[in-house]
Amino acid sequence: MERVPILKIGDILLVSIQVDMSDQTAVQLQEDLAERIVATGCHGVIIDITALDIVDSFVGRMLSTIASISKVLDAETVVVGMRPAVAITLVELGLSLNGIRTALNVERGMELIAASRTDDWDEAPGDEDAETTATP
Amino acid sequence: MALSAEQGGRLAHLLSQHADRSIDRWTEIVTGSLRGRLSRAELARQVQELHRALVEAGQQGVSDLAAEHGGELRAVLSELSTNRARQGFSATETAISVFALKDVLLELMEQERGDDTLRDFVAFSALVDQMGLFTFETFVRARESLIADQAEQLLELSTPVVKLWEGVVAVPLVGTLDSARAQVVMERLLQTLVDTSSPYAIIDITGVPAVDTQVAQHILKTVVAARLMGADCIISGIRPQIAQTIVALGIEFGDIATKASLADALRHVLRLTGVETTARRARREA
Amino acid sequence: MTAGVDLGVPATQAIRSDEDVVRVRQLVRTTAVAVRLSLVDQTKLVTAASELARNTLIYGGGGSAEVSTVSDGRRRGVRIVFADQGPGIPDLDLALTDGYTTGGGLGLGLSGARRLVDDFDIRTAVGEGTTITVTKWSR
Repeated sequence: MERVPILKIGDILLVSIQVDMSDQTAVQLQEDLAERIVATGCHGVIIDITALDIVDSFVGRMLSTIASISKVLDAETVVVGMRPAVAITLVELGLSLNGIRTALNVERGMELIAASRTDDWDEAPGDEDAETTATP
Repeated sequence: MALSAEQGGRLAHLLSQHADRSIDRWTEIVTGSLRGRLSRAELARQVQELHRALVEAGQQGVSDLAAEHGGELRAVLSELSTNRARQGFSATETAISVFALKDVLLELMEQERGDDTLRDFVAFSALVDQMGLFTFETFVRARESLIADQAEQLLELSTPVVKLWEGVVAVPLVGTLDSARAQVVMERLLQTLVDTSSPYAIIDITGVPAVDTQVAQHILKTVVAARLMGADCIISGIRPQIAQTIVALGIEFGDIATKASLADALRHVLRLTGVETTARRARREA
Repeated sequence: MTAGVDLGVPATQAIRSDEDVVRVRQLVRTTAVAVRLSLVDQTKLVTAASELARNTLIYGGGGSAEVSTVSDGRRRGVRIVFADQGPGIPDLDLALTDGYTTGGGLGLGLSGARRLVDDFDIRTAVGEGTTITVTKWSR
């Protein structure tokens, strides 16, 4: 079975999914990632799905679960690089990916995480708006 | 009426024996029918190609155009009629180029009249008819694909996606939005978000005369898809009648930002991104 | 509902494991590209195939997917037939409802897949298995 590599860049874990994952590989990634968050103490996770030509309900659920797990472990998850055709298909499929933050690319994703960490630090009021206001 | 193998052979023999003469005569008739819209040299080349393919097919004992041996001949014919369709000739003008062969054959065969001549001529004619019909069909197909291409180009021209500011793109929609066009707009907008790495998109519908449920659904889906990709959409230029329709149809725009004009929408985005306008600075300093 | 004629020999992929679901996706993708479906339509069809192949594996206990190209004279399309000899679906209307699931999924497999294709046909009998036929046409 193939394994998806997890890279650590500064305070962020970067997962770039490059293969057509079997369901088992997806579940394995979920487990690996939880362990790495705890082991590294990282506060941000970026999942890059630029190379994925489809996201079905199973992968969608995996992304939601990863986001929830990392939240419990005090890490922010951002899914980046979703292709237009994939997004259109997800809307048609009826999958809303609730609770997942998204960004156009890795760079924007890193900015999003950096911004939300600063907000945490500042304990800024009106924190809920941070998602939209923080991106330059 | 199908050609026998001998007849095919005789056709090939007849045409190759009088190669120069038949090509000249054929070219002459075709040139006359096209009234000088294609140069004689160009026509001579096309006729030569046809002549060669026909002789080869005859030598291989072609029984009719659909037969296996007719492959090369069909290819030459379809290239000819596709080109004619693209150059703007009519279907009749294209078919005449093939039918002209009958006159050529008649002139050649009148000189060497034998027992089988009449029978041969009828059989050759039948093959020429098939060739003519084949050009006609290819011609129509070429035209259809030409029209489809143009329709697609028109669709793309009518839905420009423009960059308004660093990180902000806009689609000014003008004219009636049907389902097909709405879909094209949606795909182009989302692709532009990726290409320009813009987290904001403004969909301006000032120029859209009417919105029905389907079009509204398409716009809503675009907004949701953009969110999934990590971008926000603002809808601007909703005219009073359209606002009434939207409410009457019971379409929920939910938490999607709507603004009266494109300018308002841009101001809204700039405020979100933290760009400071002079008006705002003046207000703050006052 | 399932109009059109078959073109060429259909390719069959057995669905016995996780990896087979991936293979079904790849087979469908290749066929969709050959028929020249648009990128969005390719994506929709492959996603639907992924959902249905997973259903065949999880609920049907394994089966097969048969992928073929079809034509109705004007358009070309891709047709996939998913077949299993599993327990069948007792209440079809319920199974086609968004959010309904017996397998711990999101309940979007069947209903979502139906929205992603042009033609959707399902035949099922309790104790005998389920056959689902889907078609996506080029524009």
